[in-house]
Amino acid sequence: MSASKGSITNLNPKTKSIHRTLSAAKALLLCAAVFALLGAGDPATRFSEIGHRMMCVCGCNQILLECNHVGCPDSDGMRNELMASVSRGDSDSLVEQGFVQKYGPTVLAAPTMKGFDRMAYILPLVALFLGFGLVVTIVRTWKNRPAPAIAGGLRPVRGAELEQFRDQAGKETDL
Amino acid sequence: MAEIGSFALLLALALSVYTFVAGIVALAFQKQTPQPAPQSGSQITHRSGASASVNDSSLVALLRRGSERIGETARRAGIATFAAVFLAAVVLVLCAFRDDFSIAYIFHHSNRDLSGPYKFAVLWSGQEGSLLFWSLLLAAYGFVLRLRYKTDPRLFAYASVVLAGVQIFFLMLVNFAANPFGILEGPLRPDGSGLNPLLQYPEMVIHPPMLYLGYVGFTVPFAFALGALIMKYPGEKWIHITRRWTMVTWAFLTCGVFLGAHWAYSVLGWGGYWGWDPVENASLMPWLTGTAFLHSVMMQEKRGMLKMWNMWLVFATFWLAILGTFLTRSGIISSVHAFAQSSIGGWFAWFLALSFVVFVFFFFKNKSHLISEHKLESLMSRESSFLFNNLLFVLLCFTVLWGTWFPKISELVQGNKVTVGGPFYNRVAIPVALLLLILTAIGPLLAWRKTSLESLKRNFLWPTVGAIAVAIFLMLTPQKWGAPFGLKPWQDIAYFYSLMAIGLSVLVTLTVASEFYRGGRVISKHTGQNMFASMVQLTHRNTRRYGGYIVHFGVVVVIIGFAGSAFNQDKEMEMKSGDKLTIGAYTLVCRSSTEDDNPNYFSQWAILDVYKGGKQIDAMTPERRFYHASQQTSTMPFIRSTLNEDLYLVFEGVNQDNGRPILRAHLNPLVMWVWMGVWIILGGTILALVPNAPAPVRVPAPARLQQQAQPAPVATGD
Repeated sequence: MSASKGSITNLNPKTKSIHRTLSAAKALLLCAAVFALLGAGDPATRFSEIGHRMMCVCGCNQILLECNHVGCPDSDGMRNELMASVSRGDSDSLVEQGFVQKYGPTVLAAPTMKGFDRMAYILPLVALFLGFGLVVTIVRTWKNRPAPAIAGGLRPVRGAELEQFRDQAGKETDL
Repeated sequence: MAEIGSFALLLALALSVYTFVAGIVALAFQKQTPQPAPQSGSQITHRSGASASVNDSSLVALLRRGSERIGETARRAGIATFAAVFLAAVVLVLCAFRDDFSIAYIFHHSNRDLSGPYKFAVLWSGQEGSLLFWSLLLAAYGFVLRLRYKTDPRLFAYASVVLAGVQIFFLMLVNFAANPFGILEGPLRPDGSGLNPLLQYPEMVIHPPMLYLGYVGFTVPFAFALGALIMKYPGEKWIHITRRWTMVTWAFLTCGVFLGAHWAYSVLGWGGYWGWDPVENASLMPWLTGTAFLHSVMMQEKRGMLKMWNMWLVFATFWLAILGTFLTRSGIISSVHAFAQSSIGGWFAWFLALSFVVFVFFFFKNKSHLISEHKLESLMSRESSFLFNNLLFVLLCFTVLWGTWFPKISELVQGNKVTVGGPFYNRVAIPVALLLLILTAIGPLLAWRKTSLESLKRNFLWPTVGAIAVAIFLMLTPQKWGAPFGLKPWQDIAYFYSLMAIGLSVLVTLTVASEFYRGGRVISKHTGQNMFASMVQLTHRNTRRYGGYIVHFGVVVVIIGFAGSAFNQDKEMEMKSGDKLTIGAYTLVCRSSTEDDNPNYFSQWAILDVYKGGKQIDAMTPERRFYHASQQTSTMPFIRSTLNEDLYLVFEGVNQDNGRPILRAHLNPLVMWVWMGVWIILGGTILALVPNAPAPVRVPAPARLQQQAQPAPVATGD
């Protein structure tokens, strides 16, 4: 701990600031992971969680626990099955597998993380990283371009050119 | 009547074709002939032969005069198109009011006992009528555009041709594929099938027009953009011209999307307002790209950057609006909302392909015209924040598009369909939306070109401290205080997202408030006015910027409303008189249930007394209706809205064995914030449309001082 503190102290302010930001980000990620792993596991919560990850198969296109059709031929039976599975202590994946076998893959309200279904999640993530990479690259490339040299150094600006610069400043500062 | 309507539609098509062809001919000839010296708009279009340049040869002058006359006739034909389409729409509405069931469309979407406003709404309640309504709105936008042509006759002429091209497509649809004046075969029916019960709700009279005004309206900025691209229009004037169009259109689309959400909440009876249905997604996609365009267009206006990107964004917005219509009407993707599925999907597919090819052709032909004037100077600048903002908006749009199409793609690849519902979007889209919220907080604090880290820290410190304090407070408070208190993020991922959303919303609010405060303080110091008057003056000086901040604040309020959904509760119960149902702090006591019958529908409802803290505070009457004409059932939830929460009661039906009503109660916290936020967004947009107050009078410096200042130029610094 002291060694790392010492190494940070020896760095220049910019690198130190980056280190601090990285440390804060790591702590935030760690907290998020801990929070995510501390989810409650009582049967009522599990019933609600799994029931909200499934669809009613009557054709209403509604989440199983949100299906509001009186006399729906499917939702009551499905809810009972779900309650029975949760009470038995079946794992989430086992419950979902059982429903998929009985009602088909459309019973799950979202694609699974298996096979081609994974693409549903992977592609937006890939797009996000590629997009970020692209934007950062564009900004860096543009930023690193050398500024055009002004022959003869600085010169006073007057008249129409001055007005042009004033307009530009107005535009860029929004005042 | 049907013949008049059909004739009006054919006439409108002929006029549109003329507008398009004659417009192209006129522009082609004008391109061939040399440009005259710059004059005012009216002088250019109504120039007499005598005022033509003396250097022009007589043939060139003749060609130019001819092309101008042809262009003028094209413009007038475009105006007349509106009159013809308007006549067709009036005829259809009149037919609905006259119960003319010889017209198939009226027979399928109306009945004698339908009330007046819904008979009017028949115009957009079905496939054919809504396409006619789309054509009418497009013609109306074209009408306004062609009347205002003097702003820039040549650019407006190009935009008019593009609009006419789109108009031809929709008029071909209503003439040849989905004619609203088609005659019903067989004997004349005494009554119609009636309007879909789900559409018999007051908001349905305004939701579709708002949404369509948004969808159709984005054709206008697209038409100007494509026109400017084709003619290699110099400068950014086309953006100034379309800025108001775009903002008004965006406001209509925002209004339409949220009215749809409110309609779903009030009518569908499942207790929510957004179900990630393909039709909802179809309205969200152009909204996302349109919002990205509203941001990035500022970079083109102020810095001459992102010209190519903006061109693509405005095209994507237009294209996605058409794609959404294709999705909902082709039946290619199943949706509970797809109220009108037919064979017109092929028409839309061809039009989408054609518009894409036309745009790509002109883009690559003239893209050298779209080179940026400036380059980015720093990652810590307003420009780069807009870049990231655009990236996230487009990524959200891509996620929604991908999720909407994924069931079809999955079926093609692995042979079986999958469902892509709320859980998918919650997992993928919410983190991106939270990132966007962070940018909304940071963006306004960044200056154009470059911002120092110190300045960012200085401006960002207190808002961040405030946001963290609020988040900690929300975590530490007990849950019994009601939403959004007691947000323990480790208990549920939904709580984690809610806490992040509320914390970031506070951050955005504080940064927006600090912007008003800092600007107001400067004015107050100079003028001696009080802070409020100074902030009003500040806003009036730059309505676009500060109106935009108010829009951001409205978005924040909407997001807080969304965050409340983590606390939703619901309970279902079969209730006889005197039975109690407790949900949250409320106790519902069933007083009685009853039935009624009128010519339009048969209804059943229950009367429930609402108690809170042992005191009766209200009575609620959820209802279920059975419409005679359409033989369909519809729920009419009773919603008791407060700032804290909505008590949402649904009469689900009656147990056939004992005749007792079955009721479902939902407790939905903070929903009213969503609707309040939309009003704030609209208020901010209207404010942004108000012209700026004139700049303070500049007092010229004495000549002596100017002379002193001249020899020693001051460096601008870094």
